[in-house]
Amino acid sequence: MSEAIMIRDAVCSFCGCLCDDINVEVEDGKIQRVRHACRLGSSKIMGHARIQSPMIRKNGVLVAASFQEAYDKAAEILLAAAKPLLYGWASTSCEAAKKGILLAEEVGGVLDSTATVCHGPSVIGIEEKGLPGATLGQVKNRADTIVFWGCNPAEAHPRHSLRYSSNSCGKFTPEGREGRKIIVVDVRETKTSKNADKFIRICPGSDYEVISALRMLIAGKGESVPDEVGGVLKADLADIAATLKAAKFGAVFFGLGITHSRGRYKNIDNALSLVAELNSHSKFVIMPMRGHYNVGGIGQVLAWSSGYPMSVDFTRGGPYFNPGETSACDLLARRDVDAALIIAADAVSNFPRATAKALAGIPVIQIDPYENPTTLLSDVVIPSAIAGVEVEGTAYRMDGLALRLRKMVDCSLPSDEDILMGILESVHKQRQMTANEGA
Amino acid sequence: MISGRTLAQGAGCESKMSTDFFKAVAICHLSEKDFKSLGLSEGRNVLLKNEFGQVVLTAKKDAGLPDSMVFIPMGPWANVLVGTETGGCGTPHFKGLEVEVAATNSPVLNIRELFFGLGA
Repeated sequence: MSEAIMIRDAVCSFCGCLCDDINVEVEDGKIQRVRHACRLGSSKIMGHARIQSPMIRKNGVLVAASFQEAYDKAAEILLAAAKPLLYGWASTSCEAAKKGILLAEEVGGVLDSTATVCHGPSVIGIEEKGLPGATLGQVKNRADTIVFWGCNPAEAHPRHSLRYSSNSCGKFTPEGREGRKIIVVDVRETKTSKNADKFIRICPGSDYEVISALRMLIAGKGESVPDEVGGVLKADLADIAATLKAAKFGAVFFGLGITHSRGRYKNIDNALSLVAELNSHSKFVIMPMRGHYNVGGIGQVLAWSSGYPMSVDFTRGGPYFNPGETSACDLLARRDVDAALIIAADAVSNFPRATAKALAGIPVIQIDPYENPTTLLSDVVIPSAIAGVEVEGTAYRMDGLALRLRKMVDCSLPSDEDILMGILESVHKQRQMTANEGA
Repeated sequence: MISGRTLAQGAGCESKMSTDFFKAVAICHLSEKDFKSLGLSEGRNVLLKNEFGQVVLTAKKDAGLPDSMVFIPMGPWANVLVGTETGGCGTPHFKGLEVEVAATNSPVLNIRELFFGLGA
């Protein structure tokens, strides 16, 4: 029995907060205890049931195979496809993302990330307007007014408030929660709204109108605002507008409440305009609450490799980006892809039912540490080591800060990066064999 | 209908074939008034349906929800009710969907039953 070791200040690879103060106790090669992590992070680091072996579907049943057999079968599927989709990438490292882009270019596929069903509209809105951003450290140290719009960090990013926002104590915000004004805008009461000084409940799908009304009030054109907008009284909106204008340093955090609702990317576009205009009166920043820990990272890697942050079509020889056409859900709904590689994501669970059904009709390769509904209809299943627990890697926090994920314990399974390289090598090998046969 | 994150859903999202995930996600939150007007009691199920599909979930009272709104933790059960239209931006409407809700004696399908016939 080996002596227990304590790994200090490791990075949690669950959500976009990437908390970097996690202590992990390891004994006999196993994680025994996790300290400082929230319930979400602890759950991930302590681990769940894993896929034990690569599998290939034969006569309708998944049967165990070697890694090489799985790489060869995956390469065969991708090479046979006219337009494969390579989807996921939010819960793996930037190094794996880089190899995935190489593979997508090599086989002529479309590479899309889970942002497409999450903050994709934010990405589009930001491309239209630009992002008046900040680091989470700046928010912690300076923000005296914070707005949470359509997000519930108390459940989705449980340590956000204590480490970076409403309840954190910073250099110029030593009073923490007492020294800040917190406004929550949502269609329902949440654990986050219970921590607010002011909770504004809006009607579902009315974010755009409410943001527009605030912009009018801030611009001094309140006479044009009706008595009620989106279920909110004008007097309440005027109060909020006055609070925002009076802020010394304000921050708006927004979530899927506005990206998944009517208006989608136009809501984000409008919120970005609101924040840009608030900068005429005060210092204001805005940030999407990114969910998966490295959904920001795949956007960064894709952007520096191809020029586009998601939904990149490599089938034309050069990168092409047109969300609504090249995004995963649209491609599947139109039956416009003929194979899929799903990595570090569970598309079958997280896509609309009809879209998941389209996946059932094409060959699917899954690379994931865990069994999930995508496994049920996959033709090749390749288990991987977990980045940030079993292998190192790079990830981007929700504010765009790159952090190094550490390895806590050994794992006999290959990393996502190794698996993608294995498939890529098999693609080259099979291409060469075909060329030799034709010569 | 809106779908979204919960703490229990997040803690179970890498363990989707587990009973814990099923218990955390195959539920439908209703306001206290709607819960009462549908004649529900704790542990009873509701059938939700719209043009995209139908799904049975366990009903749960939620004092924070306004009337005529249901909340379902994000995941495969909620997504039965989500359509494919993305409005040209790639993202389906996971929130703000119209659904009909009624009490039912039908059982809630577990994760394997939910995907039975879809390739499983």
